[in-house]
Amino acid sequence: MANALDLKRQPGFASVAMICCFVLYAPIAVLVLFSFNANRSVTRWTEFSLDWYVRALANEGIQHAALISIEVALAATVFGTAIATAGALATTRIRRSRGTNIAYTVINMPLMVPEIVTAIATLSFFALLRTGLGISFGLGNLMIAHTVFCIPFAYLPIRARLENMDLTLEQAAADLYATPWRTFRRVTLPLMLPGIIAGAMLAFIVSLDDVIITLLVAGPGETTLPLYILGQIRRGVTPEVNAVSTILLAVSILFVTLFFFLGRRQRS
Amino acid sequence: MTRLFTTAAALVGLAFAAGQAFAAGELHIYNWGNYTSPELIEKFEKAHDVKVTIDGYDSNETMLAKIKAGAAGYDIVVPGDYMVQIMVSEGLLAETNPSAMANYKNVEARWKDVYWDPGRKYSVPWQWGTTSFGVNTAVYDGDIDTLAILFDPPEVLKGRINMLNDINDVINAGLRYLGHPRCNKDKAQLKELSQLLLSAKQHWRTMDYSTIEKLTSGDVDVSQNWNGASMRARKQIPTLKYAYPREGFTGWMDNVAVLKNAPNTENAKLFQDFIMDPENAALISNFARYANGVAGSDKFMDPEMTAAPEIIMPANAPAPEFVPPCDKEVVDLYNKVWTNLKK
Amino acid sequence: MAAPALKTPIADNPAAGEQTVARAQAATRSLLLAPAMLIIGVFGILPLFIALVYSFLEPDTYGGVRWVFSTEAYVQLLFERDIFDDTLTFNSAYLEIFWRSFLLAAYSTVACLVIGFPAAYFMATRPERQRDLWVFLITIPFWTNLLIRTFSMQLIIRDQGVINIGLMNLGLIDQPLAIIYTDFAVGLGLIYSFLPFMVLPVYAALERLDFRLVEAGFDLYASRAQVLRRIIIPLAKPGIVAGSILVFIPSLGAWITPELLGGGKELMIGNMIWLQFGSSRNWPFGSAAALVLMAMVLLALLVYARSAGRSGAPDG
Repeated sequence: MANALDLKRQPGFASVAMICCFVLYAPIAVLVLFSFNANRSVTRWTEFSLDWYVRALANEGIQHAALISIEVALAATVFGTAIATAGALATTRIRRSRGTNIAYTVINMPLMVPEIVTAIATLSFFALLRTGLGISFGLGNLMIAHTVFCIPFAYLPIRARLENMDLTLEQAAADLYATPWRTFRRVTLPLMLPGIIAGAMLAFIVSLDDVIITLLVAGPGETTLPLYILGQIRRGVTPEVNAVSTILLAVSILFVTLFFFLGRRQRS
Repeated sequence: MTRLFTTAAALVGLAFAAGQAFAAGELHIYNWGNYTSPELIEKFEKAHDVKVTIDGYDSNETMLAKIKAGAAGYDIVVPGDYMVQIMVSEGLLAETNPSAMANYKNVEARWKDVYWDPGRKYSVPWQWGTTSFGVNTAVYDGDIDTLAILFDPPEVLKGRINMLNDINDVINAGLRYLGHPRCNKDKAQLKELSQLLLSAKQHWRTMDYSTIEKLTSGDVDVSQNWNGASMRARKQIPTLKYAYPREGFTGWMDNVAVLKNAPNTENAKLFQDFIMDPENAALISNFARYANGVAGSDKFMDPEMTAAPEIIMPANAPAPEFVPPCDKEVVDLYNKVWTNLKK
Repeated sequence: MAAPALKTPIADNPAAGEQTVARAQAATRSLLLAPAMLIIGVFGILPLFIALVYSFLEPDTYGGVRWVFSTEAYVQLLFERDIFDDTLTFNSAYLEIFWRSFLLAAYSTVACLVIGFPAAYFMATRPERQRDLWVFLITIPFWTNLLIRTFSMQLIIRDQGVINIGLMNLGLIDQPLAIIYTDFAVGLGLIYSFLPFMVLPVYAALERLDFRLVEAGFDLYASRAQVLRRIIIPLAKPGIVAGSILVFIPSLGAWITPELLGGGKELMIGNMIWLQFGSSRNWPFGSAAALVLMAMVLLALLVYARSAGRSGAPDG
């Protein structure tokens, strides 16, 4: 309807959004382009070549690093978002007491402490666990460390979403004798979903890119992709990393497209 | 949603299970990134029936911080010369006595009694090299064998210089240019150094470790560099020349050492012995592009390496200087100079 | 603001009923908060305590700490102690580093807001079927690694990069523009890295916007700008607050982008603290600097939260 569109239109906003998209994807286009560069340098183009893909597929180190990155990011996202959702529910839309303010500060603590401090402390803690009590979770150590800093990144968007939601729908459900759990599952959760998805996306991104905490907490065989690349900087980064990043990108786009079609199918 | 949860739980469970015990016949190497020859590892794995994992770090300091804070599971680390002395004094390395190993006789005599490990009780040579700088002679073809290029550059090189982002490399170069000793406590001399660095900084474009990339992309024409990296850059910029400044330059050696709390000490010792063999040392050199410390490896090395001016120093070049770690007071002073430079 | 009362079947005694409900709600809330509190209590608060303890100790020769009480770390932040006569002279070096990082982070946050808000609004006003797609569209670039993305940015803005070569080929410039290795480049890099951290929370808040309120505004003869300023932005406020926090704080501690795009000639807080745990071998000083940074951030957050709280969160 022309009227509805008119209502929502703000001058210039669409152009800004389009420019945003273009600018966001420009470096990605460059990244993909240079994965086909015959030259060893990540910064000069000579000719088209699939060499780096061949090398990447034969390079166990980089594949292992990519897999570990994804494993850890997935685990941290799932657990972090779940914990953050619970935390957001518990701290919004209620009377602002001292308790909520304290909870709010604590939840955002991992965001505020500089990473290196968290990294050293976490490493020392796990070392203590291992030498004192003999407990070690293997890759779980890294997953726990990632979950911790993913929580605030998931929490803030979910909370923002919750603060904007009105309660009438939930009260209506309660009036219709729905139990709190049912109200949550059928009314609250779907309404919160954009916030949860936003939070999960941010948590995933943050975990994938983490360097300092991972650098110190990862044990043998737990090198993630950022660590792998960082280690190469002194000796020259090769376009193999471009190739791996492009492959990962293609896989994630595929995954997302599948998710969409399944979603469409479900909805209809 | 539930499916996602279960998948995630399964993944986590797998990870827990996988991380539990270190099976026998393993070796965990913690080395610089992209510094270990895959060929060498394959050969070692076959020869001794050992599964090897390699993880990479980006600097000695990261490795030290991590080991000090309690990271475990690594068997082998590859510290630089000064870092070996630090780790020995901190009690972090195991005394594996490479001097008693079978292949020890192959180590060149000059590397047997070094300041960081006299008599070689802890470590074995991996690679060694020099830190100086490279100049693109197509841009400037005058005399480059002097540190004046970095601190008082000719007009055409101003603003086209990259320095290493390393306290020691920058400060040591500055001290050499001024003719002052290394590990310097003299406040007056350090003040002079500070002023020199500040005035030279305006001619430096960047201070970064990715030297090859800076040169090949045309961002800079001069870069403080390690000799092997300079050689690799020369393949893309044939006019790049590695300088041997008469004021002096740093020599360094990376060494293979075993951690005290290593889970696989026996395999680690086997590895130390393995790399002292000339053929294997050559494998390392061919991959990492630096000299190794083992006699007789030349015949197995790439001919390009045995003739390179970066590896074979000209006769009139001063001897490379191996700088031991400085004591606390000096480190604090250097810190002040560095912060002052970079604020 | 009354507590939400999820009505359950009313008990015979209404007052007691309400009390039970209130207690049940409190119990549910505690249960919901428990995992977060537990895990962050250990891994978020513990590092703080360790840092606090370290900051009052002496540095050990080669890193680590020596268990001797000393306030030297805090003194070092502001003053320089002469090694010969122990006098203190004011040293502004660290203040300058802090200040630079703050300015850069603030600039990135504002820029992200100016660019991100329209983008989020655009996404929120797409037809419902398209919205998820837009969310993924915005985030997919960030599923590639930050280091690689930053290298690619270098490729675009460096002297012989895409922009300069393009402009030179078009004949618009003779000499390449020095974009890279400037503060501007660092700003660009930070904006690029943190844009989704602003867009997504604002989107989540805006998506629920009731456009009848907007319609009401138009009915009252408000202009588009007024509708934006008086209705839309205040309603998006929780998202804006969340987004600003998520951009500002990580920007403060960022070190990869400033190093790769800024040239490394100047220290940011992130690099400086990292350095103390590395070649500077001064863990107490690193801890002290980290704690001071945290205190400043906490203060800024409290001020922000108080001002946001005063205008009142929208109630149902």
